[in-house]
Amino acid sequence: MSNTLFDKVWDAHVIRKIEDGPDVLFIDRHLIHEVTSPVAFLGLKNRGIGVMFPERTFATADHNTPTINQHLPVQDELSANQLKALEENAREHGIIHWGLGDENNGIVHVIGPENGITLPGATIVCGDSHTSTHGAFGAIAFGIGTSEVEMVLAAQNIMQPKPKKMRIRIDGELAKGVTPKDVALYIISKLTTSGATGYFVEYAGDVFEDMSMEGRMTVCNLSIEMGARGGMIAPDEKTFEYIKGRRFTPKGTDWDKAMEYWKTLKTDDDAVFDVEYVFNAEDIEPMITYGTNPGMGIGISKKIPDSEEIEGGKSTYQKSLNYMGFDEGSEMAGKKIDYVFLGSCTNGRIEDFRAFAQIVKGKKKAEDVIVWLVPGSHKVEQQIKEEGILDILNEAGFELRQPGCSACLAMNDDKIPAGKYSVSTSNRNFEGRQGPGSRTLLASPLVAAAAAITGKVTDPREML
Amino acid sequence: MAYDKFNILKSSAYPLPIENVDTDQIIPARFLKATERKGFGDNLFRDWRYNAQGTPKEDFVLNNPRYSGKILVGGKNFGSGSSREHAAWAVYDFGFRCVISSFFADIFKNNCLNIGVLPVQVSEEFLKEIFEAIEKDPKTEIEVNLPEQKITLISSGRSESFAINSYKKENMLNGFDDIDYLQDMKEEIKDFAETRPF
Ligand code: SF4
Repeated sequence: MSNTLFDKVWDAHVIRKIEDGPDVLFIDRHLIHEVTSPVAFLGLKNRGIGVMFPERTFATADHNTPTINQHLPVQDELSANQLKALEENAREHGIIHWGLGDENNGIVHVIGPENGITLPGATIVCGDSHTSTHGAFGAIAFGIGTSEVEMVLAAQNIMQPKPKKMRIRIDGELAKGVTPKDVALYIISKLTTSGATGYFVEYAGDVFEDMSMEGRMTVCNLSIEMGARGGMIAPDEKTFEYIKGRRFTPKGTDWDKAMEYWKTLKTDDDAVFDVEYVFNAEDIEPMITYGTNPGMGIGISKKIPDSEEIEGGKSTYQKSLNYMGFDEGSEMAGKKIDYVFLGSCTNGRIEDFRAFAQIVKGKKKAEDVIVWLVPGSHKVEQQIKEEGILDILNEAGFELRQPGCSACLAMNDDKIPAGKYSVSTSNRNFEGRQGPGSRTLLASPLVAAAAAITGKVTDPREML
Repeated sequence: MAYDKFNILKSSAYPLPIENVDTDQIIPARFLKATERKGFGDNLFRDWRYNAQGTPKEDFVLNNPRYSGKILVGGKNFGSGSSREHAAWAVYDFGFRCVISSFFADIFKNNCLNIGVLPVQVSEEFLKEIFEAIEKDPKTEIEVNLPEQKITLISSGRSESFAINSYKKENMLNGFDDIDYLQDMKEEIKDFAETRPF
């Protein structure tokens, strides 16, 4: 029988199938952080049970950590409590813990790949919806709720019905200035935020094959924003090259054995998907969002659509534009902005900082714009320094902050004030996501860089 | 965490006819800092419910004394966005046991089922009818019958059946959760783990 990549990995992890119910799915690797795990550990305690396989869980502090002065005690009492709870729970149960300041610390979806925790053919879960990031390696990775975190700690399994399968194929070559982020925002604008609900997506075609691992992570990361359970890309030489020699990657004969298996991880030629979409690389330009969900995105040279052209809820559409302070039919390019945020598990990796630096090199930051540059991990921070990117940023008037989720969800102090506009490389532009009343324009690191220089929404192709 | 059993619920409902309600609206991130599952109901729809000074916004449905009940009726694509289970907790802690919509986001639906809130998916037309009925009479009652998988608008007598897999249904009827189930599989799980290459 011919199978898809997704079938192969999923089926290899099913311990039991419950009739008219979920599959019992074995989880290879489990990532936890301070926000969605404390109640799960409390649940274990109340049931009087322990962690079944502590060596399969990895803990990092990222969601509500400060991005300056990380060497000082955390000021916010509630955040400090969560960080302490994570550390204590990890210690009590024998789980590896990379707390604030640890050289391996960083955003959970950045440190997984960096440390070889993320592997092809693995099942990976985390109490954060952007766990789909790890699908870039040919893993099945998805976000779970706290009850499920407890479930994985207790029994290393979760119970899920098998999702349906979708393939998104894009052939051709991306134009200059068009990044993986634009590809993802383009797909979401076509499918809408619920277009892939109930599906697991495989990305195929030239565009994804040509993409770097960082780029693939950006695309898979955003799968969840069209409602998908997750997204994945078949592993290839680039994948193997990336994971080789990392801390938790198999070594020696284990590596050889794993490689044999990994090479089988691709969709068979005659395998069938429940639904397929095909797009052209040439149709994609740098994207920007104008509304309050990630599906409300357009090419940066386009105008905000009229509500007449929008399917469904006209009142919801207008509520959204009102919130943003934008009008139907107006241009995005040239709109004044107040903040720029480069970071998050979507675009906080080294390649994103290289892209940003490419634009700002030799120029000066717009004076009236506040810019937060937040690396995804300490390793990324280190690399920014080693590659001389920090010097370029400093010369252009920028400062680098310390790693964490930061303004992606604004649980720490990095909040965009009410009414202010922020061009952000993160993943969600929901009302208040970046702080109460904040207005978010999602875009690529190139678009973010162009805005940081001009103080306006600017087509980065003019600056390349 | 065990929850109350769900059988037949007959109640009036709160209407929220907005599409794509995401979990950042259901519970904003800044309220996720607790290390215990307590008090989330107070911050359900925080920024829609209160203004920045913390005074209630009178026009928001949860602040409107006309409405009451254990059912929340939401627009299409309810619960999209962040996987935070806190959103489902907030819904539960406020006193809801059932959410009705014409479409739910995946993770939110799962989270609800895991903690004892029943997500009921109805057709677009029926959803519209429910909204209209509540608008006409805020005290109008809806019956959600889990054993028969049937939802009825009492005033018109119209009903629809809804889907739920039989495993989750059993759990809801008995107040069980998945961990109870997995505890009985320990040996099988250990054997399986032995066979994993990494
Ligand atoms: S950066 Fe944002 S999306 Fe990514 S893990 Fe942190 S909070 Fe979640």
